[in-house]
Amino acid sequence: MDKIYAHPGSLRNTTTHYCPGCGHGIAHKLVCQVIDELAIRESVIAIAPVGCAVLAYDYWDFDCTEAAHGRALAVATAIKRVRPQNIVFTYQGDGDLAAIGTNETIHAANRGENLTVIFINNAVYGMTGGQMAPTTLAGQKTATTPLGRDVKIQGYPLKISELLTQLPGVCYVERVSLQSPTEIIKAKKAIKLAFENQINKAGFSLVEVLSPCPTYWGLSPVKSMAWIKDVMSKEFPLGRIK
Amino acid sequence: MTGNEAIAEAAIRAGCGFYAGYPITPQNELTAYMAKNMPENNRVFIQAESELAAINMVFGASAAGVRAMTSSSSPGISLKQEGISYLAGAELPAVIVNIMRGGPGLGNIAPSQSDYFQATKGGGHGDYHSIVLSPSSVEEAYGLMFDAFDLADKYRNPVMILGDGMLGQMMEPLSLKPGKVIHYPKPWALIGCQGRPANIIRSLLLKDGALEELNLKLQKKYKAAQEKEQRWEEQFTDDAEIIVVAYGGMARIIKSVIRQFRQKNKKVGLIRPISLWPFPVKAFAKQTRKKVKYLVVEMSYGQMVEDVKLAVNCSRPVEFFGRAGGAIPAEGEIIAAIKKLEK
Repeated sequence: MDKIYAHPGSLRNTTTHYCPGCGHGIAHKLVCQVIDELAIRESVIAIAPVGCAVLAYDYWDFDCTEAAHGRALAVATAIKRVRPQNIVFTYQGDGDLAAIGTNETIHAANRGENLTVIFINNAVYGMTGGQMAPTTLAGQKTATTPLGRDVKIQGYPLKISELLTQLPGVCYVERVSLQSPTEIIKAKKAIKLAFENQINKAGFSLVEVLSPCPTYWGLSPVKSMAWIKDVMSKEFPLGRIK
Repeated sequence: MTGNEAIAEAAIRAGCGFYAGYPITPQNELTAYMAKNMPENNRVFIQAESELAAINMVFGASAAGVRAMTSSSSPGISLKQEGISYLAGAELPAVIVNIMRGGPGLGNIAPSQSDYFQATKGGGHGDYHSIVLSPSSVEEAYGLMFDAFDLADKYRNPVMILGDGMLGQMMEPLSLKPGKVIHYPKPWALIGCQGRPANIIRSLLLKDGALEELNLKLQKKYKAAQEKEQRWEEQFTDDAEIIVVAYGGMARIIKSVIRQFRQKNKKVGLIRPISLWPFPVKAFAKQTRKKVKYLVVEMSYGQMVEDVKLAVNCSRPVEFFGRAGGAIPAEGEIIAAIKKLEK
């Protein structure tokens, strides 16, 4: 009998610290599956963000560094420039990539750095207690928008992926979701393409992953998946953007 | 060569493989020199989008095992403090050049020594120190760059070259002597995990006691640096009744003042700290004669003077004269301050 599914070799066999129903576990696994399929584990250098996924290196079994909040793409830029033979990727949340690190994100993309970015959008700051993120939806209640995000006061959900498509250095941008097995398979394909682009020296690739945060959405894991499908992906449409 | 150019040339000769910087006066010649000469030597130069990006690029290059540096001037160095703290926490070597200008705030572009506290007392968050070296001539700046990269690798710690606008802009003759370049093994570097377990570079330590353990390790390292890396220059200290303490560009003016006193057989000497951290307390411990008085002269309103008081344990009089905000203490003013001490 053929073995058609196994624990990815580059994912450590351990339990994670993530909350029940969190999307990081799925996203970590997809990244590791892709790395295994492309047989690049021994040349990968990952940059973990500040946020819930800061401990990603406890789960990934390849070289990894932390970066200060928002600075992952500055760190990644230098690593890739001094070691172009390695495969370098960042894994960043919405606060990291689209608030405190917007400048680093835009400029790394604009320089066309040959990097892969996995951008986890869960519309909230998870690690610090569920505050408003740049991607928090209009009306969404968070610790710092107790009455719901009022776009007249707090601005609109920031569509950083769409913004990045304006830059000539950007090779590939796609938004995917973890809301269902079908979408997870699509997400994996997108992540694989983002790594293949780097292998082919095609330039800056970013995959935005809509990911559930049941704890700070105040929803069950199942309802969180439905919320991505019915609400979040209406604001952040799925599919290839560039 | 200007001080800025000499620093850049020395960095390249010391094997600096990565430079990132952001424009700020009075250190722009350094960045421009690197922009031209790093690529010509197959090294990486990046003009970063900000000081924050520049220091974090240095973090990345250093994590990948490459000798890396950045340079800036006071307001830009303030922005880099976050990254310097992370470098110290992750025990990554790096060289940071601060060509100081007047502050606080945007200040001005005149020479200053007002960043002494920031440079020597940590600067960013957490219990850490950068090793801080202060050149007072273009030739010394060139030589200290080799030491800076060496100490950074040896201690796995950020090293700062603390110069001022005078040194950066000043042109002096210079012999480009080959410096000491030791290649330190870096088994911790991120180069891909082929044939070994994965390496992790981190400063987040959440497990009970783990962060204290890192801090104790850092303290041990700092203690070793304090034992081994104190550097200073002294003049006429054997019989001096008044010892003037000054560093960097300020010490050059002091040397000229001291010559004038010596011509009149007045017993005035100099201690010029070269390593500002570790502070050269050994230079002061040697001065056991009871009559010695100290005068600290700085282009600040009194920062290094605190370390001098600690070094003599307040057992001898320590006076201070300084001007800042771009003002430079003049010879006449310094002579008057010394004469006041003679009474």
